[in-house]
Amino acid sequence: MNFDFSDEQKQMRDEARKFLSEQCPPKAVRAVLDGEAAYDKDLWKGLAEMGFLGVAIPEQFGGAGAGHLELCVIAEEMGRALAPVPFSSTVYLAAEALMLAGSDAQKRKWLPKIAAGEAIGTLALFEGKGNPSPKVIKLTASGDSLNGTKKPVPDGAIADFAVVAARTGSTGRDADISLFLVDLKGGGVEVKELTNIDPTRGQAEIIFSNARAEPLGATGEGWGIISQVLDRAAVLLAFEQVGGADRALEMGRDYALDRIAFGRPIGSFQAVKHILADMYVSATLARSNCYYGAWALSTNAAELPEAAAAARISATQAFQHCAKNNIQVHGGMGFTWEFDCHMYYRRANATALGLGSLSYWEDALIDRMRKKNAA
Amino acid sequence: MNFDDTPQEAEFRATARKWIDANAPKELEAELSKSSLGRIRLTNHDIVEVGKAWQKKKAEGGWACLHWSKEYGGRGATPIEKVIWQQEEGVYGKLTQPFQIGEGMCGPTVMAYGSEEHKRRYLPKLASGEEIWCQLFSEPAGGSDVAGLRTRAEKQGDNWIINGQKIWTSGAHYSDYGLLITRTDPSVPKHKGLTMFFLDMKSKGVEVRPIKQANGMQEFNEVYFTDVVIPDSQRLGAVGDGWNVSLTTLMNERMSIGARLATGFPEMFEFCSSLMMDDGLAIDDPAVRSRLASWAVKASGLKYTSYRAISSLSKGERPGPENSIGKLVAGTMLQDIATYAMDLEGAAGALTGASEEEANGQFQQMLLTSPSMRIAGGTDEILRNIIAERVLGLPGDIRVDKDVPFNKIPTKGR
Repeated sequence: MNFDFSDEQKQMRDEARKFLSEQCPPKAVRAVLDGEAAYDKDLWKGLAEMGFLGVAIPEQFGGAGAGHLELCVIAEEMGRALAPVPFSSTVYLAAEALMLAGSDAQKRKWLPKIAAGEAIGTLALFEGKGNPSPKVIKLTASGDSLNGTKKPVPDGAIADFAVVAARTGSTGRDADISLFLVDLKGGGVEVKELTNIDPTRGQAEIIFSNARAEPLGATGEGWGIISQVLDRAAVLLAFEQVGGADRALEMGRDYALDRIAFGRPIGSFQAVKHILADMYVSATLARSNCYYGAWALSTNAAELPEAAAAARISATQAFQHCAKNNIQVHGGMGFTWEFDCHMYYRRANATALGLGSLSYWEDALIDRMRKKNAA
Repeated sequence: MNFDDTPQEAEFRATARKWIDANAPKELEAELSKSSLGRIRLTNHDIVEVGKAWQKKKAEGGWACLHWSKEYGGRGATPIEKVIWQQEEGVYGKLTQPFQIGEGMCGPTVMAYGSEEHKRRYLPKLASGEEIWCQLFSEPAGGSDVAGLRTRAEKQGDNWIINGQKIWTSGAHYSDYGLLITRTDPSVPKHKGLTMFFLDMKSKGVEVRPIKQANGMQEFNEVYFTDVVIPDSQRLGAVGDGWNVSLTTLMNERMSIGARLATGFPEMFEFCSSLMMDDGLAIDDPAVRSRLASWAVKASGLKYTSYRAISSLSKGERPGPENSIGKLVAGTMLQDIATYAMDLEGAAGALTGASEEEANGQFQQMLLTSPSMRIAGGTDEILRNIIAERVLGLPGDIRVDKDVPFNKIPTKGR
């Protein structure tokens, strides 16, 4: 057993941290937050040049062919820096779906563009309120044309293509769902940007009216693919969440060391210390669950569904806990627009929902544990 | 990142499994597996007696304290092999309870500060369970503030004369030796006047009185010292250096407590999987699921946190501070799980008879015992201070007694 990242992977993490600290300071996040741009295009290009966008994409499709452990360490840094780019939608969702279910031609068409920073992709799954389930999918496919509305679609307003979940049957089973690839710059696609609590990662509504689509994977296998994509994305996003949680903890710690009240640093008061200690506990538990998820993801282990759910729950809880208590430690200053605390609070609460909410993953975890026990 | 056994590890696991299968006291398996807290009580057996038998067998087979070197009664096993052993030992590991303080705290302190002669004399018998050790640190006036202890040691020729009182000493009533921290100089600030010794618990002037605990059991003791004589050769570390020596012990305490932490989660999961409520199994209830899932990720988080520590140990690195979170997380979990399990039983949840409930009264016992898990070995609050100060680097509390000679510090309460 070796339950740690390798020296090379740690080196990659250091490189990513250095790159992001230079190219993605809080000022860059604020530019997107304030609506100056939909995402940070220069950063996106830079990430491509560093090889980070295609780190887990095989070399034959234009990637670095490194693997998912490497992607995990980069994801953590993206979360720390709150990178305002469509990384999670393009890399964790679209690229993973293509790698799992795409034909050779589809992979050849999109994966090199993703790796080069020339295409933004997303997964169009949700149709209004509700968690991932075949039941909520009403958008229909007939032949190669799609009709229906998806919302929210992460980074939908800036995406070039989408993996779209559509209903192709009416038996009431998972096999009613199939996946399609849609070029969002084509006809029959109407995109509306939606406002959301974290403007540094956009959300959109996409209306498909006889939109041209090509199947991704076999008909009727859509839900199986989505389930796998969600599990894989859950681990990767959990690393972002852990990165964000750690940074929020550091911000709180630094402020507690710096801020003087009653004649001493507020970090010397036990009431403040204990808040920060509890933040450390939650971030540590999440990190350990994430490492297990990373192992399961990188080895395609049978434990992946359970490990992914545990990583997702633990990291969601940790990021929310650390982000809200970072504000608490900062006191009034933490509630100003000027301080960065709210950017972490926004990201924590937005990422808590994106792949399905906490209660969805809690339910999934217990289901998966029961299946394992029954087996 | 690799969870699979290496070929050597797999071979070690197979050897351990085979040995356990041939030697474990299988007649105790069912009862042990139902017992979820650190402190085990068996219906027809004395835990110390059956524990000693198992420990002796393990020592003969080379499986006791296996991470210690062979000359001191161990096997020279790697940290990973120790973990593999613990995994394979499974429920029988609960039988090691009487030896955990010796193995986890006293042994490492003797290893670090004892003479070669002492190590060869005491460690093998500690490892084999033939001699049990206890730790004599806490006092009525020095619990969380352990450096405030008042038990005096006064030099008389080549001996030290001990007078005072210790409290919360687990297993003092069945222990052969004790690790004792004393005050040798009350005229200097409190951390500076301490000295560590070990002593024979059968020494003249040592009196052990059991404490009846809030859960009705008696596992802790008060230990009184009246003119007890300890030879200077049984001093561990320099005179006045007892605080530093105790940090070795306490660091090992947190590591060893972390290693076999009970969280109550496996029992709770099983309980909810079989408990029938008005409208179906408890585990099908969304509210129950949500609680279970939150506990599940805490339990798995602790498990993988310890794996991370083991991985760094096996690479020859010092484990990070992550392990300090173990007891803090597990103590509250036990208490919360017990409360919630009983809540699911409704009014009958208050009943403690073993035959009354599906869960054999285990959660009721957990409820009554769990407060101690949040206090013993460092209260939740002290642990949070440690994390804040040593891990996060926050300033220490303002200590009004810091530079004051010990005998000038005001005292009251217990």
